[in-house]
Amino acid sequence: MVALVDYGLGNIQNLKNALKYLGYEVVLTKDPLVLAEATHVILPGVGHFKAAMDRLNEEGLIPVLDQLRRSKPFIGICLGMQLLFSHSEEGDVDGLSYLPGKVELIKSDLPVPHLGWNTLLTKDGSLEEDVYFIHSYKVATDENVVAWADYGQKITAIVQKGSLIGIQFHPEKSGYAGLAILDKALKGGFL
Amino acid sequence: MIKKRIIPCLDVKDGIVVKGIQFKGLREVGDPVAMAKRYNDLGADELVFLDISATETGHALMVDVIRRTAEQLFIPMTVGGGLKSVEDISRMLNAGADKVSLNSAALRDPDLVRRSSEMFGAQCTCVAIDAKWDEEKGDWFCYTHGGKRPTEVLTLEWAKRVQDLGAGELLVTSMDYDGMKQGFDHRLLKKLMSIVNIPIIASGGGGNARHFVDLFKETDVSAGLAASIFHDEQVSIAEVKEACAKEGVAIRNV
Repeated sequence: MVALVDYGLGNIQNLKNALKYLGYEVVLTKDPLVLAEATHVILPGVGHFKAAMDRLNEEGLIPVLDQLRRSKPFIGICLGMQLLFSHSEEGDVDGLSYLPGKVELIKSDLPVPHLGWNTLLTKDGSLEEDVYFIHSYKVATDENVVAWADYGQKITAIVQKGSLIGIQFHPEKSGYAGLAILDKALKGGFL
Repeated sequence: MIKKRIIPCLDVKDGIVVKGIQFKGLREVGDPVAMAKRYNDLGADELVFLDISATETGHALMVDVIRRTAEQLFIPMTVGGGLKSVEDISRMLNAGADKVSLNSAALRDPDLVRRSSEMFGAQCTCVAIDAKWDEEKGDWFCYTHGGKRPTEVLTLEWAKRVQDLGAGELLVTSMDYDGMKQGFDHRLLKKLMSIVNIPIIASGGGGNARHFVDLFKETDVSAGLAASIFHDEQVSIAEVKEACAKEGVAIRNV
């Protein structure tokens, strides 16, 4: 059973649909007991970084998540990935700090948000798929990066450290290629 | 490199897709979920649903259309038409829409753009602009209510203003070019791209694959949208994509 952390932010229904389509049992919850029983935990989220941290704090979820990420596969998606890092310019607040790196506003002559289908790049050319991005902030890090995209600058797309995975784009909105990546993330990831 | 998006637009009235062009007094209709699926399989990069229902029941059916589509289809969806409040927006996002597009309501209440952007993020707040050139005044003006009502709002100023209010994208329809099938309104789109730094979806005038190639070669817009030419199968999404790829336009292959 895959648990989607329900903290009142984000378009969780689509992730739920995608997981169901892939054949996973899904539960949407913020109940620590239910989360503890899950095989995988997914931290979703769209919107504002500070608003998300505030919600996690209000719900008392921060110690719960810290426990979960140590004990089972833990996947942050979109804003959920950014929350895994130490700090964000968006609201100038600290994140969950599971991974080193900062979240910064994308500064570009190209339109921002970075919106649309972009190609995943990796060192060995695996995962070379077009996937759907929609975000104005990016994770600036050189560590734990599995895949990135080129938008006149490097956009961190997938990070993984052990059983902790972050996905910046929307695998649930990236067609069949995205579903396959989501499935792979749940089956151990990309290392 | 980010890919240029090809987007079919589905006009939905009371839960069914209606065609923009009337034919022998009869409007051909289609099931939105089935049509969405077909476009997905044909390589659409995104779908725009425009709710043209006039009744509350119609809007409720729209929510159901989005929900059912989202269960089966895993590409981005934008929903517009008749959204007046953050509650309306929330309803669509919860049903599975990725973005909403605000038009008449935003012109009436510009602060709605800011509220939407703050509550749900710039990335789900798209502002749709129906623009028409006024020869006498030598400028473009915004229209509301599906292009029926003129306003005094200058299109270029409005675009800049909604960007500042937090819009993450613009869906710009040139009313002068819409339905003409002579190509997109490059002059308007170029002007807009020089003013804003958010992605623009161009709409109005696309009649064949070449028009999309020209659009992407001559302007920096992010996407091209069309409705009837795709519905009537005058041109397929695959043809458009093939033509773009051949001319070196970055496009998503499916």
